[in-house]
Amino acid sequence: MPPLLQVSDLQTSFFTFGGTRVVKAVDGVSFSLHAGETLGLVGESGCGKTTTCLSLVGLLPPAARIVGGRIDFVGEDLTQKPPGEMRHIRGRDIAMILQDPMASLNPLFSIYTQVAEPAYYHQGLRGRSLRQRVQELLRAVRIPSPELRMRDYPHQMSGGMRQRIVGAIALAGGPKLIIADEPTTNLDVTIQAQYLDLLKDIQQETGVAIIFVTHNLGIVARMCDKLAVMYAGKLVEQGAVRDLFNAPKHPYTKALLGSIPKLGSKEPLYAIPGQPPNLANLPAGCAFHPRCAYAMPRCTTHEPRELRFGTDWTVRCWLVDQADKEPYGSATA
Amino acid sequence: MAAPLLEVQGLQKYFPVHMGLFLRRQIAWVKAVDGVDFAIAPGETLGLIGESGCGKTTTSKLILLQEQPTAGTIRFDGEDIFTLQGQGLLRYRREVQVVFQDPYSSLSPRMRVGDIIAEPLEIHTTLSRHALQERVAHVLELVGLQPDVAPLFPHEFSGGQRQRIAIARALATNTRLIVLDEPVSALDVSIRAQIMNQLEHLQQTLGVSYLFIGHDLATVAHISHRIAVMYLGQIAELADSLELCAHPLHPYTQALFTAALPSHPDEKRQKLALSGEVPSALNPPSGCRFHPRCPHAMPHCAHEAPVPKEVAPQHTVACHLY
Repeated sequence: MPPLLQVSDLQTSFFTFGGTRVVKAVDGVSFSLHAGETLGLVGESGCGKTTTCLSLVGLLPPAARIVGGRIDFVGEDLTQKPPGEMRHIRGRDIAMILQDPMASLNPLFSIYTQVAEPAYYHQGLRGRSLRQRVQELLRAVRIPSPELRMRDYPHQMSGGMRQRIVGAIALAGGPKLIIADEPTTNLDVTIQAQYLDLLKDIQQETGVAIIFVTHNLGIVARMCDKLAVMYAGKLVEQGAVRDLFNAPKHPYTKALLGSIPKLGSKEPLYAIPGQPPNLANLPAGCAFHPRCAYAMPRCTTHEPRELRFGTDWTVRCWLVDQADKEPYGSATA
Repeated sequence: MAAPLLEVQGLQKYFPVHMGLFLRRQIAWVKAVDGVDFAIAPGETLGLIGESGCGKTTTSKLILLQEQPTAGTIRFDGEDIFTLQGQGLLRYRREVQVVFQDPYSSLSPRMRVGDIIAEPLEIHTTLSRHALQERVAHVLELVGLQPDVAPLFPHEFSGGQRQRIAIARALATNTRLIVLDEPVSALDVSIRAQIMNQLEHLQQTLGVSYLFIGHDLATVAHISHRIAVMYLGQIAELADSLELCAHPLHPYTQALFTAALPSHPDEKRQKLALSGEVPSALNPPSGCRFHPRCPHAMPHCAHEAPVPKEVAPQHTVACHLY
């Protein structure tokens, strides 16, 4: 079965100062996603996670442009689609959930109007069937007494409820892919757990594929099948979540996993030294080498290529690219 | 436990709610903090954990003397802080400092880093210009920054470095207690570990106490010696942090642990038994405030408020189950 979404060598750049300064926000990103799968896209702020997602849905800001690569979604290349056709794909086939529900809901329209809009435009529902569809969607995201609450306005709802309304809007067009950009960052822990459980249930019912953009590896451990770790515009490692948590090959993945506190343990945290790099001024060679505990002379001059292990595990690092037996051996010496 | 540095007893803070534009009738009270007891020993970190609206921040504001309590006392070094005046008050303000969540809004963009750190010193000490600069250089080194960054402005720093500057400012006046109000929530994952390790290191070298406020269980449990779990203005459970992780007793604490994200995909996951959302503190449920959401609620939970009970040494729970 061909994948639902196949991104190959995607490159998105920002052009500023009349095109004299080019910042490569996404630089050769490839991944694929099957129906019903969940991909976690992890990285620090400014590493290009959000730009990758905006490239997928064709909502890039005016200064940014896709300069290379393909985005194959259900057999069609989205990079070649005119904006008019993209409008039909957005909302119907690909939906997006953003971080702040108060910013993604319009305060002047009722919940009904906002949840009904995608069903009105993309499925052509009108009148009573539209009303029924909205109630069905609100019930699917566990809003109590939907026939009453759909007349409410966003300010009358709590943060968790608002985020579930955004979820209902995302589901309204019957999407095949949901892109969730840090959907639970603003929610309380128990509300976050409820929301994640809800997304899992919806995925099991509808078979929708989800891309989870987050910097929280705990969410990845709970929700995702695949993990893609992004650093300075590139995917430095991707593969099955279990493989990456058990035996990360890239030092950055390893360091990220070592920097999260574990419940009930007082072991010192591994702190990655330095700062995330500025995309406009990247170090030569591997972009991670100034912060890497295993950096070698070669890392400072040459960029590592993407190396494949097994079917879907890829790593960009010189340590695993030596064809030696001990992947980390030479670094400690 | 040694004599506590800070002792909070029966602390209450009610905010009045008014209605109407002209007559301003008072219609209700928001019971933001309703009978809170805890103590912090010298050199200790107490974690205060709870969801939004549970009264964490109001508690910290009371400790920082930004609010006056409705009832209850806070003693610092045995003295009631709400009756402090003159030199005593100045000394308290010098020895208790705060670090806020967002280092982008807590540092003035118009002041140089050196001036930001020197400001509390100018108010509280009579150091000469030269001694002041030396002190600033010293605290900058303490938090892992170069002393020559003093003439720079905050916008020239990243989020993690700004949080270090905020910590340096809090340390400048020979501080004994720092209130840390979600100090790492706004930072990137890799930077979070840097700041947490820095805070632990500073505590070991300077012996300063922390009140660490947060909502992420793993982070709070990692840095704290003891943890107080707050729910709707009251402390549900207070215990040693490792003890609390091993044996959470209050149903709300147990729910928080179920809701905590796993650190590995193979970790067993349970479905959250908790339904609904935190009720408003404006009209809190009668009896035990947790009973409408509690999976173990009994009939008398709705009428009688549970009293905190010491079920094990240094482990108190406010729940009718124990």
